[in-house]
Amino acid sequence: MQVTIDVFRFDPEKDQKPHFDQFVVEAEPVDRVLDLLEKIKDYHDGSLTFRRSCAHGVCGSDAMRINGVNRLACKVLVQDVGTRIKVEPILGLKVKRDLIVDMEPFFDHYKSVLPYFINDEAPPEKERLQSPEARERFDDTTKCILCAACTTSCPSFWSDSAYVGPAAIVNAHRFIFDDRDQGAAQRLEILNQQMGVWRCRTAFNCTEACPRDIHITQAIAEVKKAITSGKLD
Amino acid sequence: MANVHQYEVVVVGAGGAGLMAGLYASKTAKTAVISKLYPTRSHTGAAQGGIGAALGNLEDDSPEWHTYDTVKGSDYLGDQDAIEFMCAAAPDVVYELEHMGLPFNRTPDGKIAQRRFGGHTNNETGKPVTRACYAADRTGHMILQTLYQQCIKNNVTFYDEFHVLDFITVNGAAAGVVALELATGELHIFHAKAVIFATGGHGRVWEITSNAYAYTGDGVAITLRRGIPAEDMEFFQFHPTGIYRMGILITEGVRGEGGVLLNDKGERFMDRYAPTVKDLASRDVVSRAMYLEMKAGRGIGGKRYLHLDITPETVNKYAALDGRVRPDGSPYTVTGEEILKKLPDIIDFCKTYLGVDPVSQPMPVQPTAHYAMGGIPTNVRTEIVIDENNTVMPGAYAAGEVACVSVHGANRLGTNSLLDIVVFGKEAGINAAEFARGASFQPLPDDAADFTRQQLDALRNGSGKERAADIAREMKEVMFDHVGVFRIEEGMQQALEKVRELKQRFKEVRVEDQGSRFNTELLNTWELSNLLDLAEVTAASALARKESRGAHARDDFQERDDKNWMKHTLAWLKDGDVELRYKPVTLTKYEPKKRVY
Repeated sequence: MQVTIDVFRFDPEKDQKPHFDQFVVEAEPVDRVLDLLEKIKDYHDGSLTFRRSCAHGVCGSDAMRINGVNRLACKVLVQDVGTRIKVEPILGLKVKRDLIVDMEPFFDHYKSVLPYFINDEAPPEKERLQSPEARERFDDTTKCILCAACTTSCPSFWSDSAYVGPAAIVNAHRFIFDDRDQGAAQRLEILNQQMGVWRCRTAFNCTEACPRDIHITQAIAEVKKAITSGKLD
Repeated sequence: MANVHQYEVVVVGAGGAGLMAGLYASKTAKTAVISKLYPTRSHTGAAQGGIGAALGNLEDDSPEWHTYDTVKGSDYLGDQDAIEFMCAAAPDVVYELEHMGLPFNRTPDGKIAQRRFGGHTNNETGKPVTRACYAADRTGHMILQTLYQQCIKNNVTFYDEFHVLDFITVNGAAAGVVALELATGELHIFHAKAVIFATGGHGRVWEITSNAYAYTGDGVAITLRRGIPAEDMEFFQFHPTGIYRMGILITEGVRGEGGVLLNDKGERFMDRYAPTVKDLASRDVVSRAMYLEMKAGRGIGGKRYLHLDITPETVNKYAALDGRVRPDGSPYTVTGEEILKKLPDIIDFCKTYLGVDPVSQPMPVQPTAHYAMGGIPTNVRTEIVIDENNTVMPGAYAAGEVACVSVHGANRLGTNSLLDIVVFGKEAGINAAEFARGASFQPLPDDAADFTRQQLDALRNGSGKERAADIAREMKEVMFDHVGVFRIEEGMQQALEKVRELKQRFKEVRVEDQGSRFNTELLNTWELSNLLDLAEVTAASALARKESRGAHARDDFQERDDKNWMKHTLAWLKDGDVELRYKPVTLTKYEPKKRVY
């Protein structure tokens, strides 16, 4: 089958403003949108620029807007989106070239929530014990691959990029609800600030955008509840 | 003029090995971790099933058994001192990961959960043992995330999206690396006392592969160009269960949880090839059995794939036939819900890419290029050694898949790659920092970036008569057909000639994109030059080895030949040719035996 694909183009070295280029490529229904971008780069226009690595949805490199919604290009098949496809960079981060955006502000937000294990007690000789139920409590948020699909689908983030964003909250949640960790109070204090969880207006865009099916809105709600109740149950 | 930075230790690559090295080196030395990807994009994150360590959380186990299994799995090509070191270090390094917060699954009594994996056995009974410590089917993801988190906590310095293109050596010692900054296209020189290569593998040489686009063998190619040999490159692992036609990995953990391989007749064929451990034989053994089944016309519908079945009905049937029991002695059974809980990602992959739900339908699978046992030769301290006398290059280190220590020999056991990266990544970080403490910087040559510029200029100024994508496709096809699961003299010869022809044609390639910012076409094309070099070295090393051992299986030399071939290959690229020499395998107490599963 033939697929017509409109791709956002912007090269700051030569373009005053962005434009779309249209390509018509041969494709199978089970081809990934990433496969089409590769085909364009290989055979139509070598200058088309995008990030990718694992090509099966675990490395988080290729989040982009595909027909208006945030997806990983390697996890969307032609049969899922049809033969007219529009591909744009994710919104809210500065476009560096074509589909590549500046990820630094995203990672800065991530780093701001202390996204690492905190426990100052000397560890036991073997593993710290943790019940399967306690481990299950934060399982969902351990799946995050930091692709930014959620944060860049969030209207609150679009309106103010100082908002820490859903991805950072997800990664805070992963530690806040880990009963081995002792940094919850610090993280909740950070997230209780003006640019923390209260910027979330429960639009659910993040949950719909997540390629890992993390229940992000729920995770944010749990963090909000922990702040208001002062409890972690 | 390139930008110059100075660090005592530079780590190239930010997967599990690079992050562990960076974490440890930066404790005592000024360290930078340089990666062409953001660290969390690294291929460690794609590892699924588990990390091997004889914790004995569910049943009796010991590091000695793990050592023997690894030696046997390597088909007696692994260096036994290195294997002993790794398997003995395994329990402590897994506890260390847990102390860093890694969310392993748990046993009912709160310990780290463990599952069965291919080739890991109780040495007394020969039966599979639960040794793979796991976090669902995203253990690699958890290791990558946890190590990156620790690096943030400890303020490790990163240069993200800096692509290392050359290794600077002066007076026979490491002096730094040259890197291209993706965002600007500018070259940077990182002047260093010690350099650690942790750049991963090169599975993109083959057509059907589980490997990421980024797996282009940069570290081995760079060091080959600087006169350092590549070790045991003929040993490349084909994982038995890749998604048909796409190559995406389906973890061996599926078989660890009781899944079985079935042919077109619905027959569980592995009991004919490995009567004791059946579907949990070593990967080379299973991939060959699958190949033979398909060759005999028993692929599904006569095609080149088989079924991997994890449906509860099938699992419970064969678990009962095998007499498999739980640790408490009750019969082993699974439910669909348990499978979904333990293997969520592979179920998601199958639904996304195949429209198949593994809880109720079998998965179509075929062997897929997966892992480089060979690489940059190192000793057990991760120091790069440059000849058959194991002469150390001062300040040069390698760890993880890019390195050949050699703990995997001719065939790697599942779960030992994640173990390798944390054990030897840590070792590299500690040893490189210690070296830096006692060493001075080598003087930088005036022309440190010249060789890099020459390579890039050649790609920009080619005639354009050839297209890189065509060359890549032809290389992948010929390597998959002739330097794959089964090999024969004529095929390998044909592959070698083809790759050499492709290398000539590559000189006519021209990169269209003449821009400087994020010029991924330029870098992808440079990466293809690496793959071509590694394909040539792989084919030449394979052609010369006239025996079958581990992943190197020849139709024309079907037996292992310890008398003539129990030795490591060292391959140099010299003046457009491959020079081969050999060095002995390090033995401790394990005498070679016939390998039966």
